[in-house]
Amino acid sequence: MADTFQPVAPRPAPVRTEGFVPWVRRNLFADWKNGLTTVLLVALALVLLPGLADWGLTQAVFPANAEACQAARGSGACWGVITEKWRVIIFGRYPYEQQWRPEIATVLMVAALMLSCVRWFWKPWLALMWLAVLAVFFGLMGGGVLGLEPVRTDLWGGLPLTVMLATLSIFLAFPLAVLVALGRRSNLPAIRTVCVVYIELIRGVPLISVLFMASFMFPLFMPQGMTIDVLVRVLVGITLFAAAYMAEIVRGGLQAIPKGQLEAADTLGLSYWQTQRKIVLPQALAMVVPSMMNNFISIFKDTSLVTIVSLYELTGALSLALNSDVEWRPFKIEAYLFITAIYFTFCFAMSRYSLWVEKQVSVAKTR
Amino acid sequence: MSDAIVSFEKVNKWYGNAFHVLRDIDLTVARGERIVICGPSGSGKSTLIRCINALEEYQEGRITVDGTLLSDDVKAIEAVRKQVGMVFQQFNLFPHLTVLENLTLAPMWVGHLPKAEAEERAMQQLKRVRIAEQAKKYPLQLSGGQQQRVAIARALCLTPKIMLFDEPTSALDPEMIKEVLDVMSELAGQGMTMLCVTHEMGFAKAVADRVIFMDQGQIVEQNSPHEFFNNPRSDRTKDFLSKILGH
Repeated sequence: MADTFQPVAPRPAPVRTEGFVPWVRRNLFADWKNGLTTVLLVALALVLLPGLADWGLTQAVFPANAEACQAARGSGACWGVITEKWRVIIFGRYPYEQQWRPEIATVLMVAALMLSCVRWFWKPWLALMWLAVLAVFFGLMGGGVLGLEPVRTDLWGGLPLTVMLATLSIFLAFPLAVLVALGRRSNLPAIRTVCVVYIELIRGVPLISVLFMASFMFPLFMPQGMTIDVLVRVLVGITLFAAAYMAEIVRGGLQAIPKGQLEAADTLGLSYWQTQRKIVLPQALAMVVPSMMNNFISIFKDTSLVTIVSLYELTGALSLALNSDVEWRPFKIEAYLFITAIYFTFCFAMSRYSLWVEKQVSVAKTR
Repeated sequence: MSDAIVSFEKVNKWYGNAFHVLRDIDLTVARGERIVICGPSGSGKSTLIRCINALEEYQEGRITVDGTLLSDDVKAIEAVRKQVGMVFQQFNLFPHLTVLENLTLAPMWVGHLPKAEAEERAMQQLKRVRIAEQAKKYPLQLSGGQQQRVAIARALCLTPKIMLFDEPTSALDPEMIKEVLDVMSELAGQGMTMLCVTHEMGFAKAVADRVIFMDQGQIVEQNSPHEFFNNPRSDRTKDFLSKILGH
């Protein structure tokens, strides 16, 4: 008689129950090498941490008192320099009485950025909201409307400038990068050549030289009497620079799309642009999320280079605040730690967000 | 033949300068005819059917599909692709779209159907391939056989006059081959013109009007399945058949 095949019914995986001690044993003291490393690292922490806490907390000077700071030099941190100078560091040369304007403008833009990260808000009106946010940002910063006192763009500075330059150059560079990446793979030799020359040219020079050209050389080629705002020139410089790198990232994604996807799209009668928009780009861009976000983070930090063309964004504003002030100049380290914390907050948020996006796009595809 | 829907006249094709992949192909396919093409790998059988919807270009001769001469002309290619559906060995479903979206994409963007109508048509085709309950899933959540049936449904959504199958069961587990062949047989029973590259000789015997054997870019022999399997004329055909039917 034949056996009847009886499949085993599926059951849930066993729940892992384990306490603190097994965890420690497995992760920290698995063998003698592992254990030794743990002991050494704990010892190192015990040696360093008290000193650090002493310097940063117990011996530190918090009020904006230059003499007290001077007295504590070498033994305690002078956080007073931040208490004293934070407004110059955050807002740069922007007129003191008007600094509520960049404050609102920056909060607004950061809020808009955070909203844009939420999937639920990915609707057509998000674009309209961004137009409004940008209009309000530039209205508040520049003035000249609604009775606001005009403020020249070369006085803009600090965090508002950093956030604005990074946001706009990323927003503008991304679509350009996609077009250039597609262009580099085009069948039309003219378009392909233009894209290759653009990418190779930009990748062959440092950002500083691009900014230098945008700021000092570009005006020489303009007709007499015609000027373009330095902020716009710098923004275009960063955008063109960033787009070249991003284009190569996007191209990497494009190359990973199997040829069969294109053939299927051809067979269904989709046009070139329909194929790119509906089939190729959604898959290609999902694949390059980590390296793309890597690039965004690096653009955010690269904005600090605009200092060399006399725009004082966060890093520039810090030098501005301390270099000319003999009394506070010795406490640059503390001030740098302050802007480090600001940069880190933004960059860490971006990197965490990238992880979330990665998960989103992979969830969509498989179980 | 007046009722020809596809005709090849002295078609030659090369890959690069050296590889002569199609040699003097003459072939006429009648409306509603079901053709199975077989042959060793590299014999040009896939290339032959891929010429019909201009996935491959050819250098010499003439290919006419439903009255349109295939040339470099983009309009001609577009017109032909509207009439020709294709199913691939590797399914080539779009993994980032649901099954339903895979099916409605072309009807909406190429055929300009409203969404509701496109979805209705898609569901009809999914029922036809017996997979309607999977409409909301993503392709990679389905088995190979299910994916291939979705691919067939996707091609049918554009109401083609001709269906091309390029080794549709070669990437499937043995247990799933039958479900795909069943769908194809049904389609054949409904009068679809079909050109099918496959080594499923059972399918050829049951469904095909004509079996074509290719080797080294040439059509070696073509005949009705009965004649082809029982009285092969060429030695090359006999040799091939002994290898694939022998065990």
